[in-house]
Amino acid sequence: MSLVTTDNPPEFFISEAPVHTLSVLVNNKAGVLMRICQVFARRGYNIDSLVVSQGRDKQFSRMTIGISGDPAGLEQIILQVTKLVDVIHCVEHDSDHSVVKELLLVKFLVDKEDRTEALQIIDHYDGKTVDLTPTSMIAMINGESSKIDASLAMFSQFEIIETVRTGKVVMARSEKPT
Amino acid sequence: MDTQEIDGAQALIKTLDNLGVEYIFGYSGGAAIPIFDALVTVKSNIKFILARHEQGCCHMADGYARATGKPAVVLVTSGPGAGNTITGIMTAQMDSVPMIILCGQQVTWMLGKDAFQEADIFGITMPVVKHNYLVKDTNEIPRVAREAHHIATSGRPGPVLIDLPKDITQGPFTGDMDPEFDLPGYQPEKFYSVDASDIDHALQLIHKASKPLILAGHGAMISGADAELKELAETLRCPVTSTLLGKGVFPEEHELSVGMLGMHGTAYANKAVCDCDLLINVGSRFDDRIIGQADKFCAGAKIIHIDIDPSEMNKMITPDVRIVSDAKSALAEINKRISGLDTEPWLAQIESWKKKFPLSYRKQGGLRMQQVIDEMYQVAGGDAIVTTDVGQHQMWAAQFYKTNASWKWISSGGAGTMGFGFPAAIGAQLACPDETVISISGDGGFQMTLFELATAALHKLPVKIVVLNNHYLGMVRQWQELFFEDRKSGVDLEGNPDFCKLAAAYGIPSFNIKRPADVRKQLEKAFAVKDGPVLIHAECVKTDNVFPMIPAGAALEDMLTEPPKHKMAKPTGST
Repeated sequence: MSLVTTDNPPEFFISEAPVHTLSVLVNNKAGVLMRICQVFARRGYNIDSLVVSQGRDKQFSRMTIGISGDPAGLEQIILQVTKLVDVIHCVEHDSDHSVVKELLLVKFLVDKEDRTEALQIIDHYDGKTVDLTPTSMIAMINGESSKIDASLAMFSQFEIIETVRTGKVVMARSEKPT
Repeated sequence: MDTQEIDGAQALIKTLDNLGVEYIFGYSGGAAIPIFDALVTVKSNIKFILARHEQGCCHMADGYARATGKPAVVLVTSGPGAGNTITGIMTAQMDSVPMIILCGQQVTWMLGKDAFQEADIFGITMPVVKHNYLVKDTNEIPRVAREAHHIATSGRPGPVLIDLPKDITQGPFTGDMDPEFDLPGYQPEKFYSVDASDIDHALQLIHKASKPLILAGHGAMISGADAELKELAETLRCPVTSTLLGKGVFPEEHELSVGMLGMHGTAYANKAVCDCDLLINVGSRFDDRIIGQADKFCAGAKIIHIDIDPSEMNKMITPDVRIVSDAKSALAEINKRISGLDTEPWLAQIESWKKKFPLSYRKQGGLRMQQVIDEMYQVAGGDAIVTTDVGQHQMWAAQFYKTNASWKWISSGGAGTMGFGFPAAIGAQLACPDETVISISGDGGFQMTLFELATAALHKLPVKIVVLNNHYLGMVRQWQELFFEDRKSGVDLEGNPDFCKLAAAYGIPSFNIKRPADVRKQLEKAFAVKDGPVLIHAECVKTDNVFPMIPAGAALEDMLTEPPKHKMAKPTGST
């Protein structure tokens, strides 16, 4: 069964949460991202995070958009995005009914003496070491945004050189479409 | 001609011909030459109209579409040609007008390299179209053109732009002339049925009402709901007001009509809106010029909102019942189950408002635009097609030119585009050659697109071009007078030409009206000219103002029915 469908859209709702996670299924065509971003920009909303990738069916792309702002205005945005010809559906998901994950890469300076401590922190957050030099390390952590934030707080005891976060990706729980 | 031998441009013209396109309004240029060539090499029923400016092309196409309900086609070249269409496209988008804009474009391998006459029109127009395309494969041309036609005309109509690189239009076409659509997310057909529970809820509100009011918008006209609207109003004995663009979908001479509402609507329509206990909005998007201060709009009334566009629900006003459906389907379902209401006390109240606050104008102290429009209505009648520009003359035309049928009133509402009316009249006259078409402009708007006099003269179109000249940008001057202590800034149109001599330069006869007593005689003479355009120039009072008026951002109950006797605060609304 393919859940990428045009006639089985997920349910529409607006949560009361301060941060909203929208899942947008769109045609995989040039310019679609620009059309969607214009809807947000025109109303003065700033997109906090954005993840776009090709769907399982290459005809479609999946966008996961993290956004904060007035819930009343958000309903308008969702309806305006849904109205775009290239959009199959646009809905909000909350963490109670969906899996919400994010990926962090963090690069920090660490010498031989502190390496064990760093590895313990990575292990605690179910992370991985993905790059190691005598003086530095890159750790990869995934999970909910709060877990990412907590791990970063722990890594801050080292000298962090840079971080890269993907932004949230979301998938509806059970057999429901995302 | 064998399909193996045609190029992309020829496939395009064949597709448009198969779709029933009658007219293409355009202006040529290098990147579009293959398409212009195909207009000659392909045998079709399409007639090409060469305008004098790309904005003119768009407004002509717009007028054609608004006079017929059918989509119109524009053809221009790349870069500046495409850029000059923006105002016309925006005008069509704001007023839900079906239009297909074909733009020539640089060759694909030069895109993004700042080539000669290159503009990213695909990106530039994205916010002002319903949808747009950049075609990268010659064989996709028929599919894109057919999809564009479908998108422009279905659901809530709108403009669709197709950007056509020159190598794509002159490349060999070997594809399918009747391909499948690739529009998985676009399903307007689902809005042509109605949710029964919504109708149940609406009927509960309707049958409880004693002071109902119907608001008829452009959407009612687009969906062809004229008969259903009349049946609803007459069965309920319910008064009907209309938006600027909804003029005519319910006959304005009908006893239940209260005319237009909003910023310059009739006093009795606005009073009815303030006092009704149920508002049934049929296909209007609750424009800010209608609702005034949103939280005070219809404060004591229940609201039923019927609209085909889900994103119009809750946008300006939160209704009690949302019916996301095409107006004709929704009203047909409601009409099946309604019974009459006792509205006689309510109608009597409205009748008293009509008597107390009639639309009127002074006939002394100079020639007034209202008189010219009023007498034009007497001479031409409610069957003529009227186009307008934007400003004071537009509002007076909306007030005094009663419109009694759909597709007869053509005016730029949402965008408020000056320069719209005259080229729109050319499009309307081409669409309806046997009808009287009147273009009403002010001296400001007319000068923005008067170069299309050549187009009207060349095709001998019998448009009645009415220029109401008060030597001012009158609506702005009115605002400056009322809200900016009469400090006039940037509104004096000193330097106006002699409009009659200007008409003569194009070989167009003209009639000059200077005094109230001249109006009827000159209009009758002008309307007797049938073999081409005629210009009617009226020298009007310079500082007349439009009333009633609701200052922008104020509540409907704060309406001014006459010039204020005290100093006014600056309006809180934008325009």
